[in-house]
Amino acid sequence: MTEARDIALTVNGQPRRARVEVRTTLVDLLRDTFRLTGTHVGCEHGVCGACTVLVDGEAVRGCLLLAVQAEGRRVETVEGLAPDPAHLNALQAEFVRHHGVQCGFCTGGILMSLTAALRDNPRPREPEIRDTLAGHLCRCTGYQGMVDAVLALVASGAPAPGPDAGSAP
Amino acid sequence: MTEPAAHPAARTSGGGYIGAPIPRREDARLLTGRGTFVDDLEMPGVAHAAMVRSPHAHARVRRIGTAAALALPGVLAVVTAADIADIQKPWPARMPSPVPGTLVRHGARHTLPPDKVRHAGEVVAAVVAESRALAEDACDLVTVDYDVLPVVASPAAALAPGAALVYEELGDNIAAHIVQRVGQPERAFAAADHTLRETFRVMRGGSHSMEGRGVVARYDQALDAFTVWDATQAPHAIRAMLAYLFDLPDHRVRVIAPPDIGGGLGPKASFYPEEALVCWLARRLRRPVKWIEDRLEHFVSAGQEREQVHTVEIAFSRDGTLLALRDVFTHDIGMYGALVAPVITACTVPGPYRIPNIHSELRAVYTNLPPTSAVRGAGRPQGVLVMERMMDRMAEALGLDAAEVRTRNLIPADAFPYPVGLWFRDGAPLTYDSGNYPELLRQALARADYAQARREQAGLRAQGRYRGIGVAICVEGVGLGPFEGAILRLDRRGRVVVTSGAPPQGQGYQTTFAQIAADAVGVRYEDVDVVTGDTDAIPYGVGSFASRVTANAGPAILEAGGVLREKILAVAAHLLEAAPADLEIVGAAVRVRGLPDRGVPLAQVAHLGNAGVAFGMIMPGGLPVGLEASAYFTPSQAGYSASAHVCILDVDPDTGEVAIVRYVVGHDCGNVINPLIVEGQILGGVAHGLSNALYEEAFYDEEGQNLARSFLDYPLPSAREMPRVEMFHLTTPSPINPLGVKGAGEAGTLPVPAAVAGAVEDALRPLGVRVTRLPLNPARISDLIHGA
Amino acid sequence: MKPPRFDYHDPTTLAEALALLAGHGDAARVLAGGQSLMPMLNFRLARPGHVIDVNRLDALATLSPGPDAGLRIGALVRQRTLERSTLIRERCPLIAQAMPLVGHPQIRTRGTLGGSLAHADPAAELPAVMVALGARLTVQSARGPRTVPAESFFVAALTTALGRDELLTEIALPAWPARTGSSLQEVAIRRGDFALGGVAATLTLDAEGRVAGARIVCFGVGPCPVRAADAERSLVGGAPSVSGFAAAGQLASAGVDPDADIHASAAYRKRLVGVLTTRALAESLASLGERAA
Repeated sequence: MTEARDIALTVNGQPRRARVEVRTTLVDLLRDTFRLTGTHVGCEHGVCGACTVLVDGEAVRGCLLLAVQAEGRRVETVEGLAPDPAHLNALQAEFVRHHGVQCGFCTGGILMSLTAALRDNPRPREPEIRDTLAGHLCRCTGYQGMVDAVLALVASGAPAPGPDAGSAP
Repeated sequence: MTEPAAHPAARTSGGGYIGAPIPRREDARLLTGRGTFVDDLEMPGVAHAAMVRSPHAHARVRRIGTAAALALPGVLAVVTAADIADIQKPWPARMPSPVPGTLVRHGARHTLPPDKVRHAGEVVAAVVAESRALAEDACDLVTVDYDVLPVVASPAAALAPGAALVYEELGDNIAAHIVQRVGQPERAFAAADHTLRETFRVMRGGSHSMEGRGVVARYDQALDAFTVWDATQAPHAIRAMLAYLFDLPDHRVRVIAPPDIGGGLGPKASFYPEEALVCWLARRLRRPVKWIEDRLEHFVSAGQEREQVHTVEIAFSRDGTLLALRDVFTHDIGMYGALVAPVITACTVPGPYRIPNIHSELRAVYTNLPPTSAVRGAGRPQGVLVMERMMDRMAEALGLDAAEVRTRNLIPADAFPYPVGLWFRDGAPLTYDSGNYPELLRQALARADYAQARREQAGLRAQGRYRGIGVAICVEGVGLGPFEGAILRLDRRGRVVVTSGAPPQGQGYQTTFAQIAADAVGVRYEDVDVVTGDTDAIPYGVGSFASRVTANAGPAILEAGGVLREKILAVAAHLLEAAPADLEIVGAAVRVRGLPDRGVPLAQVAHLGNAGVAFGMIMPGGLPVGLEASAYFTPSQAGYSASAHVCILDVDPDTGEVAIVRYVVGHDCGNVINPLIVEGQILGGVAHGLSNALYEEAFYDEEGQNLARSFLDYPLPSAREMPRVEMFHLTTPSPINPLGVKGAGEAGTLPVPAAVAGAVEDALRPLGVRVTRLPLNPARISDLIHGA
Repeated sequence: MKPPRFDYHDPTTLAEALALLAGHGDAARVLAGGQSLMPMLNFRLARPGHVIDVNRLDALATLSPGPDAGLRIGALVRQRTLERSTLIRERCPLIAQAMPLVGHPQIRTRGTLGGSLAHADPAAELPAVMVALGARLTVQSARGPRTVPAESFFVAALTTALGRDELLTEIALPAWPARTGSSLQEVAIRRGDFALGGVAATLTLDAEGRVAGARIVCFGVGPCPVRAADAERSLVGGAPSVSGFAAAGQLASAGVDPDADIHASAAYRKRLVGVLTTRALAESLASLGERAA
């Protein structure tokens, strides 16, 4: 019988432990237990992408993974991208310049998908950027500012997001 | 709510902040996951609510069994209509009819339906538990006995003889019947060279802000007062409803729209049962109670809009001059709603054209479908679709170019103010304040290389390919009153704090309000903080909808800023022993002009001006205490923005798929406070319009059941569906407010369905296809081609 | 919404997993990538008493060359792995062609091949691809293993030949035949969504350039993938031609009996099968040229 379990995982490079009901999704664990509220819940059926986080470096839907399935995994969330709002990373800074954010509800998930994609391919062209963004819904921006932000990042030659902390030796 | 800007502010060449593309100060926190949305709030001891919703669209509620749910460990309360009798008052009318001599017929709605449910998804009971999951477990255990009633799931069904009644007390399902006339339309139709008639159908759609509705309420027993955090577009309206239902004075209901709201787009401007229930439960349990709308609930209970059926006729002369318009339409108002959208539709139809004779007739009809609200565009996209489709048809009938017939009928640039002859939704005559429609269209066509595009189209058509060009131009009533206010003060740190009522849902007020305030007071942008959406911070406010905030709050900030500046200079004049006229604000200090050494920090000005000299001392020089100024701006009428769009697309006749080749947007919203933000608003609006044109559609069966209740069945466009939008601005300042601004929040959406529909019909003209219904998804286009 | 209560099991061995399935039978749902089951749990459309999470069965997550130049794909291999695999591109280009159309990258990172097949959505690409490839599916239970051809695995919408105590463990693909091209064509309202209709095809030429064989499988137009056998037969022995592909399209269209839903009429889907069959065959032929080049 398995109503609740103790789990251990790494979140943004920090080891974390929690006791969770087995039915709790990863995004609810991150938000409610760890209070990492930059990852949002928008549809709970895997389409909107607001809950996207990285698990072992791969972009996944936080609403479609049980928290218990994150046992032993490396989880990265938007809070891990920059130490604080005054020190944005290069991708975040381009989002500001190109007005890639309006309400900001979908933004955390989008940044995580782009982070994973840029690690795979630091020099994407516009169609590839749009393919990555296609796994997200934004009702505010029409996406153009986000696309332009990534294109500007590529053009600037700024270093792409580095490998996630957990994969370092 | 305040933080330093991540980037130094840019100034325009004139030295002002107004008009500069300043990056938003909101962004840094949102990009680092430090935003504060309602579900992100730290709320110790919070209990979680879930709603029991009717599966039936129309049914009498016989009995609700709550015992099993209450027995579940962790469940704190289960409440039904009988339990909340103290707040079961009929909800007041939402809005009077703006058209003199007409009225809205309201049925009595209550927080929980005392007798029958009127739409599938209506709340019949609420559960509170220690977690949301537990609350949902308990909802599953609530048993409700229904007597199912016949359902009216469309205006046609609701208007049929013998139709079931949504509100028995009204005797029929007609919420309003409004006829407006200009000139002598019958005579004009009888005398015209040509007339054309068509019927257009526009489907329901939702807002689908990425964040749903959400509310957290706390009750303070000692004060008998509520604090309510609500992801609302209109906190003061929510306060008014709660104060009415709970019979409390306004000052004991504090409604706060959190600094971050995940989109609104219309539905969040309405009041909903959940807001009252969460407050009632917080008072009953003496614990904070939270309810967060999930996506399924958004599909079945948040406000929707758009469903209309128009039968429209135009009369015109041989040379393509419009002579008369007759538009008779029904508007599905659902089981509850206001006349906002359909009255706007009626007024949007005539658009940028001179039409001397108009018959406009609207029937708003109650149905057993979810309540209606505004959804980005609020009735306008339907009106634009109707008129622009008829302009295309007139061009076709006369063998003229679609752009040419429009040009021939545009209101000339020297005809402003231009009275259309109808009544707008704000209760004022529909009179366009300013604009230059011929120039707007001319530039849009030039940007789109229109003549060249027509030549390319002819070449492709000769090869058997189906390219279409759609042109749509519209006028948009924006900046509606009655007012918005602003309180500006210099705080003890020497920073200017702007407080205004309407909360943003992504529009960047913290940035634009600070730009206006900085210029008005004469301080640095970085030294301005902005507070919005808190009913205890400013007593009166209206809300964020109708593309109205910049045109209402903006002038209020400007005015209050000027007064505050005078007060600051008066105190500084005392401290510096100089005349106010000799002073200037430079950086964070007030200085004597020409004497850079003689200055006093703003913080010191604030210390004297706000706190006085010291306890028991007399204020020197008769100075008043309080470096604060407030202003409420009340526009005399709406302003009128304009847009011209050109859409070039290819249709695959075999699959019915559409590929957009170019999309050009020309836009005139008067003066622009921040072009970066205005362009962002328009781009988002275009995406919403394209979604209405090609993708999203709400489907209800005859039993009133929503058949598209997930993003798999209700597709919204992603980055891959969106074309790159080419945009330009024309600026005709509005004369009705001192900033010369109009409104831009909804503009992008309006002409898109018309432009896309026009382009698809144009592409398929060799096949004789008639586009009268959206969205134009692949199957619908293919079925049109095959005459299905 | 939040999932209902369930008992959660995460066996680490196949034997353990099969024992759990044998014990909980009707009341259990297998959780693989979770991209279909989790939404159903979140919306409380599925209310299993037990969830058996097979993600710890590492042995099912391997992709390896099979005998005779074929492929053996563990049921737990992620769709993203298939998408990135050079082995897949070399040995089974049809899978590589299909992958970008399966959901979105953020779905494919978790979604598994076996999960998609066991879920058996009528509009999904991978079941049709497996039928087109003549895949053989290994299913195991405490009673022992058995092999099911893909063509008989899909029984009805969201229903497969899997018994309640059985687990799909491996997909075996035969060697890619010489001189074979392939294509996957579909129309969806948005790319990445389930198809309004689609066609997976392979086209094999003989040494003289005549059609030696074709596999045409339609999806989204019936409860299961529909093999267009008449269309396949019509091509064999002839030279590949535009007219022949068009005729095959007509036969394929005639052979399906799709339903209407809120997104498309039945007539549209029927027409679409014809158009996409013709296109898939032409693309298959074109890909053959690319492969040879």
